Amino acid sequence: MQMKEYKPLIVAFCCNWCSYAGADLAGNNRLNYPAEVKIIRVPCSCRVNPMFILRAFQRGADGVIICGCHPGDCHYTSGNYYTRRRMATLFSMLDYLGIEKERTRVEWVSAAEGAKFAATMNDFVKTVASLGENKRLEDLRCKR
Amino acid sequence: MQKITTEQLIEKAAELMNEGKVASVLGWEKGEFGYDVTPGIFGSVDELKAKFVYGDFSAANLSKYLVKKTEMVQGQALVFLKTERKILIFLKPCDSYSFNQLLTEHRFDREKVYAVGVQCDGMVDIEKVKKIAGDGLLSVDTSGNDVVVKTLYNGDMKIAKADVLAERCVNCKSKKHVAYDELLGETGEVIDSNRFDEVERIEKMTPDERFAFWQNELSKCIRCNACRDACPACTCEKCVFDNPKSGVENKSPANSFEEKLFHIIRAYHVAGRCTDCGECSRVCPQNIPLHLLNRKFIKDINEFYGDYQAGAEVGSRAPLVDYTVNDVEPGEVFDRGDENA
Repeated sequence: MQMKEYKPLIVAFCCNWCSYAGADLAGNNRLNYPAEVKIIRVPCSCRVNPMFILRAFQRGADGVIICGCHPGDCHYTSGNYYTRRRMATLFSMLDYLGIEKERTRVEWVSAAEGAKFAATMNDFVKTVASLGENKRLEDLRCKR
Repeated sequence: MQKITTEQLIEKAAELMNEGKVASVLGWEKGEFGYDVTPGIFGSVDELKAKFVYGDFSAANLSKYLVKKTEMVQGQALVFLKTERKILIFLKPCDSYSFNQLLTEHRFDREKVYAVGVQCDGMVDIEKVKKIAGDGLLSVDTSGNDVVVKTLYNGDMKIAKADVLAERCVNCKSKKHVAYDELLGETGEVIDSNRFDEVERIEKMTPDERFAFWQNELSKCIRCNACRDACPACTCEKCVFDNPKSGVENKSPANSFEEKLFHIIRAYHVAGRCTDCGECSRVCPQNIPLHLLNRKFIKDINEFYGDYQAGAEVGSRAPLVDYTVNDVEPGEVFDRGDENA
């Protein structure tokens, strides 16, 4: 029996105003980033309820990354400042519970940083792939 | 420091009731045994004399009962969202922090409440007593300096109070009453406690050890929701755990994911508002150290955003609904932890 090559599943929450446009730019510039990254567009990075992240892990994600505008550049003035506090505490808690801290990340990507978006995703997918499947926060009922 | 007796509290409550200052009293009610003290509402002086008790088992935090009060009127349960008539509440130091925090969140009317601060000498954990005394507990007397236990099989026993002090009282963070109209006994100072020692110990473990530790603890959870029900910070009228569409509604955890999910959500919902009163761990029938989750958040918030004690003053802004331009980045948080380790 041939083993299927392991490919991680990454959920990327991208803010509509910066990172989503950044992803678009990466595409326009023909920059490669792995197809394992599934982008979910959100109006602002602070739209991401911590529950979304847990839910993503439950439904089989191996890593979750949140991309937003650079602090100070939020379309809604202060949204990403809240994201920063929320995610810092949440990720610290996940780490405390023994879930690998490399599986979660927050990255600030502006609309002009297509190259940074592609590089970030490449790096993140590589990191998560080296960790292997998400076993610690998985829900067996959701396994395909 | 003189001990405060039940009689002193009853006397004070009766005095206020007779003067017409308060209509009812929120206090601690005797149970079947000496140690199963529950919160209770008393409507008359006679009731107080019959059932009221204050002692080393009056551990319950009463602040939450101000938010919602159910009264039986002619056989029907009526819920008063805010107290209609003036009510007397007794506050231990840690209860007074919750009291302030609820006030900050506009959960009750301050004018409708008369708060009497009571001196606290630390509460006794009956589980610890049972562990030392063994089976067949007949009576526990905590009126003296030591805890005197009568048992069926092991005879009488004298246990030092320090040995059976509740976990939260061993690491007591403050003996200071932050809110009261009147004080019975003495008020102390904020104590420089070692309450984060256990959190630090877990932080120093490897991720595998941490995971095993929490897996072991959280798998004991039977989803009785007692931690949510007793928590003075959990006062949402519509709770995510009551929503059948949330996926975390009231049912026993189906697998290890749901165990973790519930506890992460519960702790996160009170992050920044938790006063560390320790009610969650006290009421847990499975003895899961839930306060360690809350304390991790408190410790993180203190480290990242400056020292903050929820409920220390009315009107303070919780750290998670606030920000500064130069906050620490989520990625840097871990680097910082490595430096400390």
